[in-house]
Amino acid sequence: MQLKRYLSLSEILIIAFLLALTSLVVLPFLYMFAVSFSSPSESMAGNFYVWPQVWNDDAYRYLFSSTRFVLAIWNTVKLTAMGTVINLILSVTLSYALSKKFLPGRRGMMMLIFFTMLFGGGLIPTYLLVKWLGLVNSLWALILPGATNAFTVMVMKTFFQGLPESLDEAARIDGAGELKILLHVVIPLSMPIIATFSLFFMVSHWNEFFGAIIYLNDTSKWPIQPLLRQMVLVGSSNISAEAAIDEQLAATLGANVKMAAILIAMAPIVAVYPFLQKYFAKGALVGSVKE
Amino acid sequence: MNTAVRRTKFSKYLPFYLLAAPGMIYFILFHYVPIWGIILAFQDYSPYLGVFKSEWIGFENFIHFFNLPDFKVLLNNTLILSLCSIALYFPFTVLLSLLLNELRSVLFKRIVQSVFYLPHFVSWVIIAGITLIFFGPSGVITHSLEEMIGRTVPFMMSEAWFRPLIIFQSIWRDAGWGTIIFLAALAGINPEIYEAGKMDGAGRLRSMWHITLPGIKSTIIILLLIRLGHALDSNFQQVFLMSNNLNIGVSDVFDLYVYRVGLQQGSFSFGVAVGLFKSIVSLVLVLGANRLAKWFGEDGIF
Repeated sequence: MQLKRYLSLSEILIIAFLLALTSLVVLPFLYMFAVSFSSPSESMAGNFYVWPQVWNDDAYRYLFSSTRFVLAIWNTVKLTAMGTVINLILSVTLSYALSKKFLPGRRGMMMLIFFTMLFGGGLIPTYLLVKWLGLVNSLWALILPGATNAFTVMVMKTFFQGLPESLDEAARIDGAGELKILLHVVIPLSMPIIATFSLFFMVSHWNEFFGAIIYLNDTSKWPIQPLLRQMVLVGSSNISAEAAIDEQLAATLGANVKMAAILIAMAPIVAVYPFLQKYFAKGALVGSVKE
Repeated sequence: MNTAVRRTKFSKYLPFYLLAAPGMIYFILFHYVPIWGIILAFQDYSPYLGVFKSEWIGFENFIHFFNLPDFKVLLNNTLILSLCSIALYFPFTVLLSLLLNELRSVLFKRIVQSVFYLPHFVSWVIIAGITLIFFGPSGVITHSLEEMIGRTVPFMMSEAWFRPLIIFQSIWRDAGWGTIIFLAALAGINPEIYEAGKMDGAGRLRSMWHITLPGIKSTIIILLLIRLGHALDSNFQQVFLMSNNLNIGVSDVFDLYVYRVGLQQGSFSFGVAVGLFKSIVSLVLVLGANRLAKWFGEDGIF
């Protein structure tokens, strides 16, 4: 009787439907978690379960003792840290300068940046440029071509323009230089937008895959995603030349190792997710800001 | 005196030009220099001769491409894939937003949203991996289905299942994320309209149809047009990871073709020509979508 006052039939239906959909997202991860911790014989049976009968951490031991895997994680950490810092420095400095309406040439620079959203040289000219710059086979090939982007600069510029100008003037009267104002006044006030974009940058570096495939011939420099593809997927996707060699590697790995590798690769994102979640909605919404 | 004024003015601007310099150099180097590379499309480029000495062949690369049987296949595959994705992704995302909007428990709503946003941050490699774990030849779903119907369904090894899987992946990954913008639009609807509707005897469904949907109509139109403007852009990583020799007939899209023929087989000039064709058509589509948005009485995308 009590319940009836709060929930109508339509509401119960809606809740049931949404719960079904959430389980569609959650169950695959729970299944992978369970398989990663169970013995190979259990996962070989091919049944769906979300709780292992016998807990077994062989998969994780194997991965953390594998030089190749640990090296790939380390490369990813390096790439993510360096890449995100460079993204932030370039995006903030450029959009802060462009937020100053008195700056001559500002409109021209904005147009130049905006145009890159509409048209570009494409994959091959970019590849040839990276090669010509001598960046092939270095982590810089994954960082520099995407050091910032038009969308970020435009959103940040709009945000900086919204900050009160009086603060700026007060700091200037106190004798602060432009760099000091940016570092000590503007950036502390802009933490929500900086956090949002940091998250987007971090995730995209952590998930970097295609750049590694085309620019890094030396697989010891690979970040985690391309290695993960070899461990989990290759054999089903034999479009590329290196596939045939690594089909053997993929075949020898047990299901528990594959799923443990996936979960380890996801762990950092899941770990930062709760802390940054409050910024997501905001971030996605600034995404819809029109110029 | 004039020079003094000019000097103080310049010293006022200088710090900002210095701040802008690295970013502007980036845009010119990594976005405008590659545009210059487009001239390769009109050459028979040889890496040994370089851009300046390679032979000019005019539009030969383009004519060759348009006459290839591949051209029609690529156009078909690309368009069918993106139009089907749009046609299924949009209604589903709108429906999801409407349902979330009906929830009164803030806590439950927040939990559901957190779960729905998460897949957006999962890499395509992992999503393809999960797909293989469930739909692969020895996957859980394939396995249980086999026990039920007595034969194996080749989800990842056939042309028939490629498009459904890609669309399912897109919805699984991004439908939750897509609700953010609709929920914001929904929050902007004046609650008094609902009160008025209730007074006139409108139930939940009726007010959804007559108040909520019209309230987010312009958001839907704008987003739809943006997506249509990008109809030729496939989600490269997704298609790349899901394509294999057995489904290449339906999975070969422009982006994949440029990678395969241009980079892997080393036909640089031809690859640039294909890429350029795609970029120009995309540019026209985006500008057209913007026009159309304005014609619908919306603000337009830019």
